[in-house]
Parts: sequence; C-alpha cells; structure tokens
Amino acid sequence: MTPPLAASSINVSLGEVAAALVLVAIAAIASRSWHAGLEEDIGIAVLRSFIQLTAIGYVITVIFDQDSALLAIALIVVMVVFGAFTARHRAKGVPNAFWPLLVSLGVAAAATLGLVVGLGIFDATPRYLVPVGGMVIGNSMTAAAVALNRLGEDVHDQSRRIEATLALGATSSEAVTPLVQRSLRSGMITLVDSTKTTGLIFFPGTMVGMLLAGADPTDAVRLQLILLYVLLGATSIAALLSITLARRNFFTSAHQLREPPQP
Amino acid sequence: MLFELEGVTYSRAGKVVLDDVNARLPVGASGVVGPSGSGKSTLLRLLNRLADPDAGRVRYQGTDVRDMDPLSLRREVSLVPQLPALIDGTVHDNVAFGPRLAGHSFDTRSCLELAGLDPEFEGRDASKLSVGEQQRVMLARALALEPRVLLLDEPTSALDQAARDAIEATLGGLRERTAISLVIVTHDTEQARRLVEYAVRIERGRVSSQGPTDEVLVSPEEISVAAWEDAS
Repeated sequence: MTPPLAASSINVSLGEVAAALVLVAIAAIASRSWHAGLEEDIGIAVLRSFIQLTAIGYVITVIFDQDSALLAIALIVVMVVFGAFTARHRAKGVPNAFWPLLVSLGVAAAATLGLVVGLGIFDATPRYLVPVGGMVIGNSMTAAAVALNRLGEDVHDQSRRIEATLALGATSSEAVTPLVQRSLRSGMITLVDSTKTTGLIFFPGTMVGMLLAGADPTDAVRLQLILLYVLLGATSIAALLSITLARRNFFTSAHQLREPPQP
Repeated sequence: MLFELEGVTYSRAGKVVLDDVNARLPVGASGVVGPSGSGKSTLLRLLNRLADPDAGRVRYQGTDVRDMDPLSLRREVSLVPQLPALIDGTVHDNVAFGPRLAGHSFDTRSCLELAGLDPEFEGRDASKLSVGEQQRVMLARALALEPRVLLLDEPTSALDQAARDAIEATLGGLRERTAISLVIVTHDTEQARRLVEYAVRIERGRVSSQGPTDEVLVSPEEISVAAWEDAS
C-alpha cells in the first residue's frame, strides 16, 4: 500500500519563514522579562534549526532525486550514530552508554522500518524511509535517553539496596530488575500519554503537515495513526534494549557494583 | 581457619582504604574492631566478594575467593549491611527473596524466630516496621539462606540501647542454637568483648593487633589496674 501523500504541494517562501520569527521574539522577550536566561539558548536553537533543517532538506532532495534506497539507508545510519552520541550526553550516570544506545537505536530503526515495509504499509523508497526513519530514530533516542537517565539515577540512589540484594546471592540482573521496570516506564510514558490524548488536546505533526499541504483529513488521520503505532513499537524496543544492554555496565563480571555505596 | 587475608590492599577513588592487611579470622565469633573510617566495612565486603582487593589474597577455608563462584559464596557467607535495605513488599517477601533465587526450601516463621521477631510479622509491610525490626528482618532473610558464616556490619549502630541489647541477645542465642560462624564489624570495643572470641583491631586501613579478644581488646578498667600495678 502506498499511503496518500499530500494531494497538492504548497510553496513556502523564506519571507514567510522569517515572519514566523515574530513568535521566537515573543519567547525571547518572555525569557528576558522573567530573567529565565534562555535568550542565548533560544538564539542558538533558532540558528541551529535553520542550518540543520536547510542542510537536511538539500540532502533529502538529492536522495529523493536519486530515488536510491541505499542512500536512504545510509542517511538513517548517520542519524542513528548522531542519535546515540546525543543521547549519551543525557544519560550521564550510565557507564559507557554509547554502545547500548547505538545498538538499541539501530535495532529499533531496522525492526520498525523492516516491519512497516514487510507488512506493505510503506514502500521501500526514500520518500517513505527517510521521514519515517527520522521520526523513529528521534523518538527512540528520546525514549532511550530518558530511560537510561532514570536507570543511572536509580542505581546511584539505591546502591545500598542493590548491594544488599547482591549480598543475598542475586545476580546483577536480578538486583536491578525493579529499577528496570521503572526506567522502561519513564522512557515510554511520554509517548503513551501523548498517544492517549492525540486528537483531543493536540494535533500531531504529521497530521498537521498533511492538512496544511491540502490532504484529505481522513488520509491525514490514518497516516498519523500508522506513525503513532510505529513509534510506540520503536520506542519500546529502544528503551527496553538500551536498558537491557546498559544495566550490565553498572557491574563487574563478578556481580559487584562498580560504584559501591559510600561506607 | 575460616578467613585469611594476605597483603590485602584496596583503594577507592584514589584513596587507600586498606593497606597491606594481613589478618586471620577463625571459626566461631570474630570481630573487626576500629574507629569509623578505618576500613572495617570494606574488609567485610571483601570476604564475600562484594568487592575484590587491588592486591593480595582473601582465602575462605583455604580457597582464594576469586576462584569461587561469587553467587555461591554469598549464599554461604551472607552479609547483613549496617543499615536496613529491604525490598518492597512484606516481611515474607523479604525472607523468601534469597532462598527463591537459590531454589532452597525455607520456613519464614522459623527464620523470624531465630532473628528474634514474632513469626506473626511475616505478613506485615516491611517498610512500615521500626528500624530495629527492619534490622531483624535483614538478619532473618540472611538466615533463610542457611549460611555457614554471617557477616554483620555494625549490626546495632542505628539502634537504641534496648534494641541493641535485644540484637546482641539474638546473636548470642544464634551461636548457641546453630553452628554458624559470625564476623562482626563494630566500632564499639565493649560490644566486641561481649560478642566475639577473636578480634582484629584495624586503624587507618592497617591491622594494629589481632588475637583472642581478651588480649586485643583490653578494657579501660584493666588498663588502669595494669598501670597502677606497674607503678606500684
């Protein structure tokens, strides 16, 4: 099946983009008025988003023109690597978090894209692989980073309890099982909650984009539903796999905490 | 000999905690005695491989503990930490935790009784017990593994005097009723004199003396009498 894309395309000029900066100015004024100290960050965010999106727009244009699935996959691999680097900084409390993140994002992207193509939901062409891959990797990165960040905090806060459990002959996996459940929940709860309220409290991005581009609302809703379900699967894979792989990093092979509690 | 430590050195965050420790702990009740921060608790954690030394050897019944499976060792040499650290759930859930992992049979009520707790406690929420009661649950869940050795890290430091006396009586009763050996870490020399037959005194990460408790831990009164006798 090929989902219906926009029935008609729209043209957006740079002037219109510049006009939208009025809203950014409001954010900067609010920050300055309340001494939130975010003006510089807002400025950097605006600049980076402009440069990064413009650059990726050119890259995507080339890939679409070439219509090469291999090029699309190469772009997805690059996104996975950058995603793992970015998420590693958020999961500071986890030793050697990069490799678990890289594997979990890679598996989440491969499994979900493979499934949606295999099930005939999307064609294996750059026009579908690139945007869906980007969404899958972005959401998976956030879920895995939140889950690992929570895991790192919990292992640190509960090191006494973990060591007391190890002292009873528990393996390192058994000792952190209660924390794994909480971390997985932390990683997934945002998307689960937003999926619950979608259509009531907010309209998700894909649907908004399609409606703005002139698509039929029914088609926009159906495509959005597919993407939400894909993202639920991807984030669960990324969060669970990253936790499963990273939890070993807190322990030695003799089931000892690498950073035992302070005496 | 139950435990032998040979040239054991252990550092943490760049700081030497144990420095060339040579010590022997015989079967029975032994104590590791010294002031706070002297490395006593760290030494205890080396005995059941919650940590491994940077250098030197720890032997349990003649075997280097590094050559033993850490999980089996910890079930045989069970450690009760200084502060209660129970899992969420009832007293029974806590007592059952270790034996279930090991696939052992166990009897919660008799373990509670051995630890000096009323067996009726088994259904109670562990988090709602007093610190003294929680410490007894920690003891009961270690006993549920039927260990040969119990390592106790300052078992009464968080308790008031009445609870401390009760725990000491429980430990004394345990020695009478079972063949279990105890290794007790304490900063309280009087408590060591009451509970152990052999003592290792440790100061700033080094062993300063070791031997029968009566020889190693001389009470202040005895020191005064000896000084008076020397003077006269």
